[in-house]
Amino acid sequence: MLGGGGAQAPRPVLTVADLRGTSRRRRKGRLIRGAFLSAAAVSVLISALIVVALVGEAVVFLSKIDLRSLWSDGWFPRRDMFDIRTIFAGTVIVSLIAMLVAAPLGLGAAIYLSEYASQRVRRRLKPALETLAGIPSVVMGFFALTVISPDLIRRLFSGAGIFNMAAAGIGVGILVTPLVASIAEDAMHAVPNSLREASYGLAARRRSTSVRVVVPAAVSGIVAALIVGVSRAIGETMVVAIAAGATGGSLFTLNPLGPGQTMTGAMAALGTGSDRVTGGTAAFNSLFFVGLLLFAMTLGLNVVSERFVRKVRRRY
Amino acid sequence: MALADTRTTTDAVRRALTGRRRDLGGRLFESGLLLTLLIALATLIVLLAKIFGQGWSVFAERGTSFLTSPMSQAAGRAGIWQGIVGSLMLMAFVVVIAFPLGVGAAVYLEEYARDTRFTRFVNANIRNLAGVPSIVYGLLGLAIFVELLGFGRSVIAGGVTLAILVLPIVIITTAEALRAVPNSIREAGFGVGATKWEVVRSHVLPYAAPGIFTGTVLSISRALGETAPLLLVGAIQGTFFTGSQSLLERLQGLYTSLPTVIYTWSRQPNPDFQKLTAAAIMVLLVVLLMVNATAILLRNRYERKW
Amino acid sequence: MNEPSETTTGRARFALGPQRGDVGERELVFDVYDLSVSYGGVQAVRDVTLPIRVREITALIGPSGCGKTTVLRCLNRMNDLIDGVRIEGQVRYHGVDLYHRGVDPVEVRRRIGMVFQKPNPFPKSVFENVAFGPRIAGFKGDMGALVEESLRKAALWDEVKDKLKDSAMTLSGGQQQRLCIARAIAVEPDVILMDEPCSALDPIATARIEDLMRELVADYTIVIVTHNMQQAARVSDRTAFFTVDVDEAGHRTGTVVEYDQTEVVFTNPRDKRTEDYVTGRFG
Repeated sequence: MLGGGGAQAPRPVLTVADLRGTSRRRRKGRLIRGAFLSAAAVSVLISALIVVALVGEAVVFLSKIDLRSLWSDGWFPRRDMFDIRTIFAGTVIVSLIAMLVAAPLGLGAAIYLSEYASQRVRRRLKPALETLAGIPSVVMGFFALTVISPDLIRRLFSGAGIFNMAAAGIGVGILVTPLVASIAEDAMHAVPNSLREASYGLAARRRSTSVRVVVPAAVSGIVAALIVGVSRAIGETMVVAIAAGATGGSLFTLNPLGPGQTMTGAMAALGTGSDRVTGGTAAFNSLFFVGLLLFAMTLGLNVVSERFVRKVRRRY
Repeated sequence: MALADTRTTTDAVRRALTGRRRDLGGRLFESGLLLTLLIALATLIVLLAKIFGQGWSVFAERGTSFLTSPMSQAAGRAGIWQGIVGSLMLMAFVVVIAFPLGVGAAVYLEEYARDTRFTRFVNANIRNLAGVPSIVYGLLGLAIFVELLGFGRSVIAGGVTLAILVLPIVIITTAEALRAVPNSIREAGFGVGATKWEVVRSHVLPYAAPGIFTGTVLSISRALGETAPLLLVGAIQGTFFTGSQSLLERLQGLYTSLPTVIYTWSRQPNPDFQKLTAAAIMVLLVVLLMVNATAILLRNRYERKW
Repeated sequence: MNEPSETTTGRARFALGPQRGDVGERELVFDVYDLSVSYGGVQAVRDVTLPIRVREITALIGPSGCGKTTVLRCLNRMNDLIDGVRIEGQVRYHGVDLYHRGVDPVEVRRRIGMVFQKPNPFPKSVFENVAFGPRIAGFKGDMGALVEESLRKAALWDEVKDKLKDSAMTLSGGQQQRLCIARAIAVEPDVILMDEPCSALDPIATARIEDLMRELVADYTIVIVTHNMQQAARVSDRTAFFTVDVDEAGHRTGTVVEYDQTEVVFTNPRDKRTEDYVTGRFG
C-alpha cells in the first residue's frame, strides 16, 4: 500500500491480490496437477514394486535352499537343483546366435535404407521391416519349431534334435533384427548431409562414403542399437519356451544343436504345465531369483545403451 | 597455344574421365546390403506362407466353428472361443487402466513438470521400464496381484499385469505426440488467459489426439500378442469349462488368452494340433493386422495440417 | 608439356595444358555454353555462358537465389546428387563434355575439388581428414609427407603440426575451413571450386583465406561464389555478375548479366544492373 504523509493516499487501482485469481480456481488447478503427478508417480511405484518383489522373493529363495545347489549338474528346480550356470549358458548361447543373425541383417538393412535406397524404396520397405517387429513371439516360436528347426538346422546338421537352441536363437534373431535396423538407421540418418557432400566432393564413391564416413560418424548409435538388441534377445521368452525344449529342466550344455534352458525359458517352464509351481516351494522362489538376475542384466544393458545414445545427440 | 597442343590435352582428359573402372567392389557391396534386407523380409513371407498354408485347411473343414468352440482334448472339436473371450477381457482392462494413467503421466511430464532431477529421473525410469522383459512383469503380477492382493489367478490379475506392461509405451508415445504440438498453440491459449489445464484440454490434447490414439492402439496390439506374463499370472493352458458363468465369476475364475492357446497347442505332441495352432495364429495375425490398420487409419484421418 | 609432371614427393599431377609463365590469352579450363539447370521442373538458371581460364580466380557474384551455386556445382557434377535435376547446355572441361554419357563423375571430382560454405570436416583427426581423399584414390606413398605438404599449402601446418591426431572438431571455424581446403588440395586437383567459403567466418579468418587464395592460384584454377562483392573485387581476376529474371508468371530464373575482367566489372561495367549492384544501390 502506498504510504503517505498526512493526507490520505489514493486507493491503488490494482493489487497483487487481484491478480492471483480466485482461490477456487487455484485449488482446482492444484488438484488437477496433483492428479497428473500421481499418474506419473505410478511409474516410479511400479519400478519400486518390481525391485521389492524380486529382491524379496530372491532373498527368501537364497535362505531356503542349500547354496551348493546353485552349482550342480543342471537346472532341475522341481528336484531342488538350481545350477545357475546352466541357464546362464543357455541364455548366452541363444542370444549369441540371435545376434549373429540380427547384427548383419539389421546393420546391412540399415545401411541400405539410409545410404542406398531411394525415397520410394525406403517408403515401401521400412514399414515392411516394422511389421517383422510386430510378430508376436509365440508365432515366431511356432515358426522356429516347425520350419527353422526341421528345414534349416536339421537339414544342415543331421544330428540335431527336434528342439534345439540354434533354431530358437535364429527365431529370436529375426525378431530382434528390425529393432537393430531401426535404431542404427536413425543414427545414420542423423549424420548431416554436409559430411556426405564433403566425401563425394573428394571423389569418393557411395561405398566409401557409407563405410568410411557415415558409419564411423554414427558409431555411437550403432553400438546402442546392438546393445538394445542384446537386451531384447536376453529377455525373449516364448520362442525359447516353444523351440528350445527342456521344459522339465536341463543339464548343463553348450551344444546349440540340442535342447537347452535359458533364464527366460526356465521361468516360463516354472509357470507351465499341470505341475506349475505354487506358493511356498523353493522352486516358486527360484522363479523370482532368476527374474532378479534377468532384470539386473537387462537394466544394466539399457543404462549402457542410453549412454551411447546421449553421445550421439551431443555430437551434433 | 597451338591448336595441336589443345587437342592433345582434350584427348588426354577424355581418356582419363571415361576410362571407367568397373567398381566391382561397390556393386557387390550394394548387392550384399540389399540381400540382407531381402532375407529379413523373406522370412516374413515364408512365415506367413507356412502359417496360412497349414491353417487354411482348418477353416475349410470346419468354418467358423473353429472360432466358437471351446478348448478340447480332441483336435477335431477344439476351438479358440475362450481364447478370444479372454483376450477381449484382458484388452478391456488394458485400455481402461493404461490409457488414462499413461496419458495422465505423459501430460504431467510434458506440460506441467519443470526440468528438475526428479523429472529427469521419472523419464529415465519410464525408459527403463519399457526395456524390461515382459516375463518380469509376469513376476510382478504374480507377486503382487495374485499372491499379495489376492486376486488369484484371474483375469483381473492378468489384465492389470498387461496394463502395467504397456504403460511405459503409452507414456512414451503420448509424450512424443505432446512434444510435437507447436508451442504457438499453447501460447495462443495462454495469451487469452486460459489456465494450464484449459490450454491442455482444449488446445494441446486435441492437436495431439491422433498421435495419442495411435500410440494406444499400438500398445493394445502389443498386449494382444503377449504370452509370457500371462503364463505366470494364471492363464490356463489346459481345457476348462466356462460355459454359463456370470460376468463376475468369469472375472474371478479361470481364463486364457489367444496367444496362450497358441502356446498350449504348439506343445501338443499330437500332429493334428499343428494345424490348429496355425489356424489360431492366422486369427491372431488377422486381428493384429486389423488393429494396426485401424491405428494408421485413425492417424491419417485425424491428422490435420495446421 | 602434356604429360603429368612429377613433383618432389613423386606424385603425378593432373596439371594439364600450359604451365606457369606462358604469356598471351590463357587456355580455357571450362567452356560453359548455354547452360540451363532446372530442379524438379522449376528452372533455376538459364543460358549461362562462362569461359573460365586456367590459373585465374573467377568470381561469381550477385544477390541470393541467382543460381551462382547451381552453376558452380555443375562444374564438378555435384548436382548429380540431387533428385530431379535437369541440365541442358554444355559444360566442357579441357574440351571434354563433362556430361557425356561415358564420363565418370567420380573421376571428374578427383580433378575438380570443392570447398563448401560451412566448413564440414569429418569427425576424425586432422590427419585423417587430409588423408581421406588420397586414401580413397589409392595413394600408396608417404602419406605423412602428403598431409604435411597439403597443410602447408593451406597455410595451416604451423597451427596444427602438433595436433595432427586431435579431432578436427576442436579447430576454430577459420582453421576448419583451411583444413577443408587442405583436404581438397591433397588429392592434387586441377581446379578448386569454392562456394562462399568465408561466409561463415569472421573477418580475420576471411582475410587469411583470401590471402591463401591468391597463393593457391599460382598452381590451381579457382572458381569462387561469393556474396561479398568487396571480396570479389579484392581477390578475383575475372567476375561474372548474376541476376534474377522474373518473367510474367512470376518465375525466377538466374542468368549472367555481365562477365569480364574484375577491374572492368567494378569500375566500368557495361550493364546498368551490374553498376547498380557493385555500387551498392541494391543487392
